[in-house]
Amino acid sequence: MPPQIVVEDLVKTYQIAMRAPGLWGSVRGLVHRKCRELRALDGIGFSIDAGELVGYIGPNGAGKSTTVKALSGILVPDSGRCEVRGRVPWRQRVEHVAEIGVVFGQRTQLWWDLPVIESFELLRDIYRVSPARYRSASDELIALLDLAPLLDVPVRQLSLGQRMRCDLAAALIHEPPVLFLDEPTIGLDAVSKLAVRDFVRQLSRGRGVTVILTTHDMDDIEALCDRVIVIASGRVLCDGSLDDLRSRVSRERWLTVDLAGDEEVSDPQATIVRREGSRLCLSFDPLEISPAELIARITARHAVRDLFVENPPIETIVARLYETTEAARFHAEETETACAE
Amino acid sequence: MRGMKPYLAIFSARFRMMMQYRAAAIAGLWTQIFFGLVMIMTYESFYGSTKQTQPISFAQIVSYVWLGQALLALLPWNVDSEVRAMVRSGAVAYELCRPVDLYSLWFMRAMAWRTAPTILRAVPMTLLAMFALPLLGLGEWRLRPPSAAGGLGFAGAMVCALLLSCAIGTLMNISLMWTVSGDGVVILLTALVSLLSGMIIPLPLFPDWAQPLLRALPFAGLVDLPYRVYLGNIAPSGLPSVLLRQLLWTGALVLVGRWLLARGMRKIVVQGG
Repeated sequence: MPPQIVVEDLVKTYQIAMRAPGLWGSVRGLVHRKCRELRALDGIGFSIDAGELVGYIGPNGAGKSTTVKALSGILVPDSGRCEVRGRVPWRQRVEHVAEIGVVFGQRTQLWWDLPVIESFELLRDIYRVSPARYRSASDELIALLDLAPLLDVPVRQLSLGQRMRCDLAAALIHEPPVLFLDEPTIGLDAVSKLAVRDFVRQLSRGRGVTVILTTHDMDDIEALCDRVIVIASGRVLCDGSLDDLRSRVSRERWLTVDLAGDEEVSDPQATIVRREGSRLCLSFDPLEISPAELIARITARHAVRDLFVENPPIETIVARLYETTEAARFHAEETETACAE
Repeated sequence: MRGMKPYLAIFSARFRMMMQYRAAAIAGLWTQIFFGLVMIMTYESFYGSTKQTQPISFAQIVSYVWLGQALLALLPWNVDSEVRAMVRSGAVAYELCRPVDLYSLWFMRAMAWRTAPTILRAVPMTLLAMFALPLLGLGEWRLRPPSAAGGLGFAGAMVCALLLSCAIGTLMNISLMWTVSGDGVVILLTALVSLLSGMIIPLPLFPDWAQPLLRALPFAGLVDLPYRVYLGNIAPSGLPSVLLRQLLWTGALVLVGRWLLARGMRKIVVQGG
């Protein structure tokens, strides 16, 4: 089976008009405008199989949204190849968008002044969904996302969490085999986040929908994604499982120890990450010293109430990965050119 | 008809939403009655001060003014606030994700955006101008009913005027893809449309040298031509050429709009992350 989504060497450059500050600057801007070129995508490439749930992460401005926009056919890249289910999104836009669902977390696709159910019915008509299919799809979505009490409420009166649940349903009324979620948990409270996550998991495991999820919330990634693509400055930094990502950045493990007393602890092969009262967190490299050996050494010297070994949180890993590319980011090809108006 | 379903759905949703603005329509009604009366009084003194025969009679001018007030909302004088908000916030991204022809979708939006407020105003305005004014002893200043032929021709010409108005309005909405706020385009177009369509001064009263220009532009098809069909100032035999002019302009503006939209979609940068 060929992959559902193929992206190869995708490049997109934005022209950003720069305005000099002050009154004189704006007058000068009328005749002579300086443009800055920003490479949002600089040769992105990946391929995704049917039914995969892929996390797409990167710092702000890395090109995540630009990729999603190109994949949804909204944005035309400068060069490179991009195919979703065998179609070039921006060239066969209408056929393409009928087979994808999109949620942009910061915006709603529901009609602000209409009750939720009317938005669903409008989408049914826009996507030409037959009444029977609409009934089964909407019944299922309403049950899964617990929307029954919200259906008659105008969208503007919904809380952010309620609105996001409705937006997810709205993206799926036409049962698309591919779903793009652009920061679907942004600004949500813990309960709503869990609801969104559970739903996305069911969608992927149960129905085999291919999902690309962009997010800044690493808990989303840990809870959902078998595969993570990390991008920065428009390039793919890392593409693989969470474990791959960890091992690429560092082998580091953390040993958390609950001491009986509050004495100082030090070990030549471990460094202290943080200390809160009697709780201590040590970082070590399992290739230099085995966890068993380290634990034995510490319990021999100190009275220990409790201890456990864990991986450093994925946030820390990703932050470290971003830091290493931060320097490169400043040197990104942002060339200043004078563009003729 | 199945192909039309998405467009009809959008029309009906937008139409129903627009029909909620009844209070605004009622408030606007009083302003417009006042405005209409001031214009009529101006024309009365103008007609009283000249002995020359004018290209259009005073009674016809009065009806022309009231028709204009009744159908004011049909004029493409502003951009669709919903489209403007979508472009500003970037929610236009969703609009581009729909499996429909975007131009047709926006044309239907424009149609709902024009027809709903027009219906809300035209009905009470016509009733007031046609029946209430004579009761107040202002029979000279009333809207006179058309002849059967004039009325029928007027209905046809107004349908074409609506299409023409939507084609201009959609073009304005598409221009938002470049200007974002659209204020400049609106100010320019409001002035042009209201003057050159005959909404401010009936076109027959413009000087002779301006007539070829007014005839060449599309705007007469919005107001002047259909109203003069109503009044009988354009004979029923002139109707086919009126309709043809309106439809040719509509077709040309639709083509321009489609071309611009295709270009806009290639260059569009959806705002925000």
